[in-house]
Amino acid sequence: MPDFEVVVVGAGPAGSIAALSLARLGHSVCLLERGPFPGSKNVYGGVIYGRILDELIPHWWEHAPVQRWITRRGTMLLTDHQSLCIDYRSTAWAQAPYNGATAYRPDFDKWLADEAVKAGATLVSSTTATGLVRTNRGLVGGVKTDREGDLMANVVIACDGVNSFLAKEAGLYPNFSKDHLTLGVKEVLALPRQEIEARFGIRSGTNEGADLEIVGGTQGIAGGGFVYTNLDTISIGAVLSLGGLSASKVRPEEVIAGLKAHPSLAPLVDGAELKEYSAHLIPEGGFDAMPEVVGDGLLVAGDAAGLCLAAGLWLEGVNYAIGSGKCAADAVHEAIAKGNFSKAGLVSYKDRLEATFVLRNHRKTRKAAHLLLSDRLQNRYPQIACDLLEQLYTVEDPLPKRGALTIGRALWKGSGLRIRHALRDGRDALKIYG
Amino acid sequence: MTDISRRESVLAFDDRMATVDFRISHTAHITVDSEVCRSCTTRACLVACPAKLFVTTNDGGILFNYEQCFECGTCYAVCNNEGAITWNYPEGGHGVVFRHG
Ligand SMILES: Cc1cc2nc3c(=O)[nH]c(=O)nc-3n(C[C@H](O)[C@H](O)[C@H](O)COP(=O)(O)OP(=O)(O)OC[C@H]3O[C@@H](n4cnc5c(N)ncnc54)[C@H](O)[C@@H]3O)c2cc1C
Ligand code: SF4
Ligand code: SF4
Repeated sequence: MPDFEVVVVGAGPAGSIAALSLARLGHSVCLLERGPFPGSKNVYGGVIYGRILDELIPHWWEHAPVQRWITRRGTMLLTDHQSLCIDYRSTAWAQAPYNGATAYRPDFDKWLADEAVKAGATLVSSTTATGLVRTNRGLVGGVKTDREGDLMANVVIACDGVNSFLAKEAGLYPNFSKDHLTLGVKEVLALPRQEIEARFGIRSGTNEGADLEIVGGTQGIAGGGFVYTNLDTISIGAVLSLGGLSASKVRPEEVIAGLKAHPSLAPLVDGAELKEYSAHLIPEGGFDAMPEVVGDGLLVAGDAAGLCLAAGLWLEGVNYAIGSGKCAADAVHEAIAKGNFSKAGLVSYKDRLEATFVLRNHRKTRKAAHLLLSDRLQNRYPQIACDLLEQLYTVEDPLPKRGALTIGRALWKGSGLRIRHALRDGRDALKIYG
Repeated sequence: MTDISRRESVLAFDDRMATVDFRISHTAHITVDSEVCRSCTTRACLVACPAKLFVTTNDGGILFNYEQCFECGTCYAVCNNEGAITWNYPEGGHGVVFRHG
């Protein structure tokens, strides 16, 4: 007899939702977490996009530990001394069911794991899964742990995050590589509430908030940046390709310092006090870098399956973790009904992912990582866009005004870029965002 | 630490790490074989480790201290020499504990 029908490793969003769903379906499930409490090891930007929670936890917005509701989303292009921001604001997002919310992961993940416990899951914290246990038929039949001995189950769901040692041990992740990873580093900076509202143009006294995604400003390392508002702190950080970072002379915290010193960001963070510095990897490789997600007696979900969507306009992983955790639970439920825990019995997981936003969006955006980390997207196009606006906005009387086309043509010529590349990038961008 | 030094835009690195909580384990979860590092040409860990835990020694090796580690996995992903880094998670309940992650 196994100890549980299912062991879920990792109480991040993927694991907690897998455990919650299985418990609700009446199964015995253990949710294993190596941190002293769920969320204690987890770092993100971060904004939670909660639509996927609407069915799982009705009226989640009345209960989730939210900092601010996002009513302003911007995408900023930075050069050394210029910035160009597409800045969208909507008060429609200030009402239920909301679009996005900032939250601290130690709060949010703990809340979500508590929901799983309420549904009947058994949470075991402060315990690291150190490896897989195989049954005599060769299926995964449990995990080894450092505090509870072996925990046996019919199925193991690996929700153990970006480094997934379980997926690697099972041989499902042969292409795990630094080329598909970025390092996220972040500072949480304290400022008085009213000061944050004034600096970010948020209606004062509300818990509305802003989300700025940044292209450029990462000192030659392919990547990007972000700024998010919490109630009385700001999260500012950089996302850096590991290949670029290892070849660079600039350290991660220096990249953040560079962002904070940029003339268009400095006024937002000036004088704020550092509350916490943190770092975490992101699986940014997208569709083509994903591991196998189904093994004998084993499913892989969330970041462990490389399911974070990092596509410039979007940096979303929590919702994909939740979506995949739910699919995994449903697949396991079906396997339990059939009594078949082999790969063949669990394979419906893949179909379920394909049928939802999880793999649909990843398939559609599969060229994003390549496009966004290219020198053209990182440096060249932002430079041209900024210069174009600079010249359009500069009044050069008594010289006659030049039109945007004339300016654009001259800038393009001076850049040495090829039309052929731009057309290909345009086609890829259409595929991703069109 | 004074308020003023905290407010400077570039903090001393120790002050930066002092903002992070750790429940330090007695045993090292990561070990580095300094002998293997001697032949390393990239030294990628030096620039990439966000906690700055790798330092070069006078004799061309690497000195590593596991205590203030984010457990992010960057070092083994960028490491240039097979076998230089042995990487595990710390025992359950130990290591970094984020408050604002
Ligand atoms: C800098 C940064 C910014 C980001 N910004 C955003 C954002 O704004 N919005 C968004 O939606 N997403 C964002 N993401 C992505 C998002 O954080 C992840 O996609 C998401 O956390 C994945 O959830 P998960 O449950 O799969 O994995 P995780 O959240 O990583 O959870 C894995 C869990 O497993 C536990 N664990 C691991 N190994 C073991 C083991 N062996 N034994 C026991 N427990 C184990 C860990 O402690 C952890 O709790 C960002 C990520 C980073 C790094
Ligand atoms: S990259 Fe690896 S081999 Fe090179 S110095 Fe660092 S730890 Fe040693
Ligand atoms: S896991 Fe991350 S923080 Fe720890 S030593 Fe390696 S790179 Fe540094």
